[in-house]
Amino acid sequence: MKAKTLKAGDRIGPRQQHNWDWRAASNFIAGGAGGGLLFFAALASLAGIDVRALLLGGMALIGAGLTCVWFEIGKPWRALNVYRHLATSWMTREAAVAPLVFVCGALALLTGHSIFVLLTGVFGAAFVYAQARILSADKGIPAWRHARCRPMLVATGFAEGAALVAVAAPFVMTSAAGQIAVAAVTLGLLLIRVLLWRSYLAGLRADGAPEGSLRALAAVDGQFLKFGNLLPAALLLVAALGAPLAGLALIPAGLIAVGGGWLVKYTLVRRAAFTQGFALPHLPVRGRGPAGAAVKPGWGGAS
Amino acid sequence: MTRYVMAIDLRRCVGCQTCTAACKNANATPPGVQWRRVLDIETGEFPDVRRSFVPVACMHCDEPPCEEVCPTTATKKRADGLVTIDYDTCIGCANCVMACPYEARSIVHEAKFAYGDTPIKSEEVRFDPARIGVSMKCTFCVDRIDEAARTGQVPGRDPEVTPACVNSCISGAMSFGDIDDPNSNVSRLLAETQSFRMHEELGTGPGVYYIWDKG
Repeated sequence: MKAKTLKAGDRIGPRQQHNWDWRAASNFIAGGAGGGLLFFAALASLAGIDVRALLLGGMALIGAGLTCVWFEIGKPWRALNVYRHLATSWMTREAAVAPLVFVCGALALLTGHSIFVLLTGVFGAAFVYAQARILSADKGIPAWRHARCRPMLVATGFAEGAALVAVAAPFVMTSAAGQIAVAAVTLGLLLIRVLLWRSYLAGLRADGAPEGSLRALAAVDGQFLKFGNLLPAALLLVAALGAPLAGLALIPAGLIAVGGGWLVKYTLVRRAAFTQGFALPHLPVRGRGPAGAAVKPGWGGAS
Repeated sequence: MTRYVMAIDLRRCVGCQTCTAACKNANATPPGVQWRRVLDIETGEFPDVRRSFVPVACMHCDEPPCEEVCPTTATKKRADGLVTIDYDTCIGCANCVMACPYEARSIVHEAKFAYGDTPIKSEEVRFDPARIGVSMKCTFCVDRIDEAARTGQVPGRDPEVTPACVNSCISGAMSFGDIDDPNSNVSRLLAETQSFRMHEELGTGPGVYYIWDKG
């Protein structure tokens, strides 16, 4: 009987969401990296580099993410209804940016005109931003709606994009100076990402969050820091200093940095996505006794 | 203007789950889905132990976060405060499920029945295929509210046009009515008592008031 009572109470605290599975997570994982890649490919094109393969890769990533989502939604044949709420829905805005990415990207590939390359990069960046806003608008998941989540997500999208350019650099850039510049930019973005990540974790702990979210994020913190950022940063530093054959260090550095970002996004969308739960600021007053203390089960940090 | 709200007197609720059952009966929700349920909260340590029962469902918020994020406009807020879902427009993306801080929404991707794959007679009659693969939640028994506009009856006063859960409550803990009408039962009740709304700090403006003490 005791166990049953406790089980009933379990439904009061935050619960891990189960509506968005790996398919939804894939959209944020691949779409964010793809958008970032398009943005940095557009920047690289300003230096006269042939970025057609990068554009293709960025569009493929965004397309793969959206395809995964299409398989997740309950009514896939009504998917075009997604365009009906541009006024406030960031999911609509994300969906609206996607065709712009593909049309401009296709025109860039076909014509090679720089304006289309640049526009593809701008829309890629907009895609990354829209994805971050989708999560931050979801008030039911405290770990997503936290004010520091959005900049962290944008930062990792751009860092992953730059890291993918770094992976491709030995193949598309012949000059050592270009490879050094890519290494330096990626290094800087990794630094920004790690600072925003730590700031996000500190913010969650300071403001309070579901214990499950704090646990899930803490579980990947060490891995993300060491293998997702420090290790690629060391390799990028080697490349940035222009050591012999250092260009080859860009490939593992970029891949590891991308993997780190994907780990964080998967964790955020799946494992750390706990609901708000329920709380009572006042317990009901029955009889002559005073009201009991406020109740907010399942929350950790400072709340 | 009219703004329909619910007032739930936590001092009266005994946790009998009759409202849960009445909702399931009125709305024919599938197994595992409860548009309304009653939380059972045990607090304190022996011998000072308290047990509180908190009925929860869609809060029909003033600023519904589900409506804001919905990419299809399937979720809408009506002028009378009810938050509705158009099952023919919803794509089942679950963005609204993530946006709701009250865990009020569910999506069922395949037909489920109480006894396996085959519906029993009552389920067969009331099964609504439009609800498969889309978001669903408490409607405040919107069909009854709409009936009131036709018949001239008053929701919260006349049982025929009052949500099933409110009608079923054995302890009179649940009240329903127009909070913009100072003479409605909910307005009078809330004026006489102290109440709170769930997660008010999130700025959603829930349409359900929980009474916890006398005024």
